[in-house]
Amino acid sequence: MTIAVRFNIQRGEFALNIDTVIPETGVTAIFGPSGSGKTTLLRAIAGLEHADNGYLKVGDALWQGNGVFLPTHQRKIGYVFQEPSLFSHLTVQGNINYGVARAKDESSAVVLQQAIDLLGIEHLLKRMPWQLSGGEQQRVAIARALATNPSMLLLDEPLAALGDDQKADILPYLESVYQQLDIPVLYVSHSRNEVARLADHMLLLDNGEIKASGKMSEIFTALDLPMAHQSRAESIIKASVSHYDEEFGLASVAFLGGQLSVAAEPLIVGSKVRLQVLARDVSITLEPQKNTSILNIIPVTIDAIVKESKSQMTVRLIADETALLSRITCKSAYNLNLKEGDKVYAQVKTAALLT
Amino acid sequence: MILSEQDLTALFVTLKLASVSTLVLLIIGTPLAWWLSRSQWRFKYIIEAIIALPLILPPTVLGFYLLISLGPNGPIGGLVDMLGGAPLAFTFTGLVIGSVFYSMPFVVQPLQNAFTAVGQRPLEVAATLRASPLDRFFTIAVPMAKPGFITASVLGFAHTLGEFGVVLMIGGNIPGSTQVASIAIYDHVEALEYGQAHWLAASLLLFSFLLLIIVYGTNRRYTVAQP
Repeated sequence: MTIAVRFNIQRGEFALNIDTVIPETGVTAIFGPSGSGKTTLLRAIAGLEHADNGYLKVGDALWQGNGVFLPTHQRKIGYVFQEPSLFSHLTVQGNINYGVARAKDESSAVVLQQAIDLLGIEHLLKRMPWQLSGGEQQRVAIARALATNPSMLLLDEPLAALGDDQKADILPYLESVYQQLDIPVLYVSHSRNEVARLADHMLLLDNGEIKASGKMSEIFTALDLPMAHQSRAESIIKASVSHYDEEFGLASVAFLGGQLSVAAEPLIVGSKVRLQVLARDVSITLEPQKNTSILNIIPVTIDAIVKESKSQMTVRLIADETALLSRITCKSAYNLNLKEGDKVYAQVKTAALLT
Repeated sequence: MILSEQDLTALFVTLKLASVSTLVLLIIGTPLAWWLSRSQWRFKYIIEAIIALPLILPPTVLGFYLLISLGPNGPIGGLVDMLGGAPLAFTFTGLVIGSVFYSMPFVVQPLQNAFTAVGQRPLEVAATLRASPLDRFFTIAVPMAKPGFITASVLGFAHTLGEFGVVLMIGGNIPGSTQVASIAIYDHVEALEYGQAHWLAASLLLFSFLLLIIVYGTNRRYTVAQP
């Protein structure tokens, strides 16, 4: 199942022109600056926004196009809005049951309980919405959407209205939701950090058009796209824990292309993690260094080099299937005579665990 | 017996008129208010102005036009006559029709405000939770607009209770059928029966006051519960 999307929406000055295919599994982040049309796209997929020249096919089901327009309540979606938008006249339980009662064919007691457990809201069920914190309300809203057992989950910046503490509280719940569920998730965000932690794929939106789409790690490191050129350029590496060293508090993680050591709280061997490596923390040597404080030295091939300014350049490095970015001075590149295709060594000063 | 039988009947007719009118107003006013709160129609304001007319129109003017249109040669009366119904002027049904027009703004405006305050979002959420439009209206819009319904019912009821001019014009002051308390009081005063006028007036005053006490008390509980 894939999701074929084609929308042309004109709203005054703003035009949204989308023609893409969204993957069937994993989290696809719809990323872009505010006003780029992210929310409009999500609303059009949900049927909340009526695009006249629209085409939307989810798997075999035609939701819009050829004279068809399936109203929102007949689309098997879960939708989480920016604000929790709980029904103020119903308890938490009432809010969750609202969708379950109307999605009888898909939902079940098991699905309902799973949603409650995943978001950890069992103890809130008897309360009224106004008795909950913003973060708790949003957890209930997510559980309410999941309890209908949707075949697609749409989230419109679910963390944007929350404070930093509450964001940090919810992120782990979202991560476990995505790991447990086998449905496509569309996640609208303008937060680079959230995308790095949660997304598998990305649609890069700007001014109503898709600038790029593909794997999140590719888009973060693609030198022909803007993200790799920002001062906080980074690569995100999916890895799994292969060893944990209690004595030094270091986790060894393996990824497609090598092994890295990162400082971390105790981790279970085999657990999946995401690493964030900032471009400015990666340096390049021609020979593997001995007698250095840097633990992580990975053999790589130079894929591409782009000059950022008179003094700085960004180098894209490939280790097997993993891309790394390195931000170095033009002088160093000149001294080392770096060229595309060279086999060199990347020295990673620090890598941070995102999960 | 302090209140005469005719006075009691007048009170009873008043309460019956207010109850029936409020019920009819809620049935007509709810969809109307919903439409007004949701419609993007550019000439919507004309409808709003028509509904608000009784707020500024002298009741006798409204009553006069109603009398003419309810009469056998008027558009409404003529239609009823054609369909084989009894004439409406000087009947209880005629009073209800008059009251519905007269109290319309007091019911429609609070409802419209309440529906507007509910906003689009809860209904969109309900749609994503598989609720059909009608389902959304009854399970989300109406319960969330509950304070508006309470206000609308009370204002509609209370305003009908105090009606005088319209009733006088189209009701004709027939004891037991169209004589309401406010007119009975007027009759007593005209006949210099101040004692009876006092009792009837006091009954209406007490009843209205109690009604408002109950409503404001309920509304207060409602707002205190949701800081």
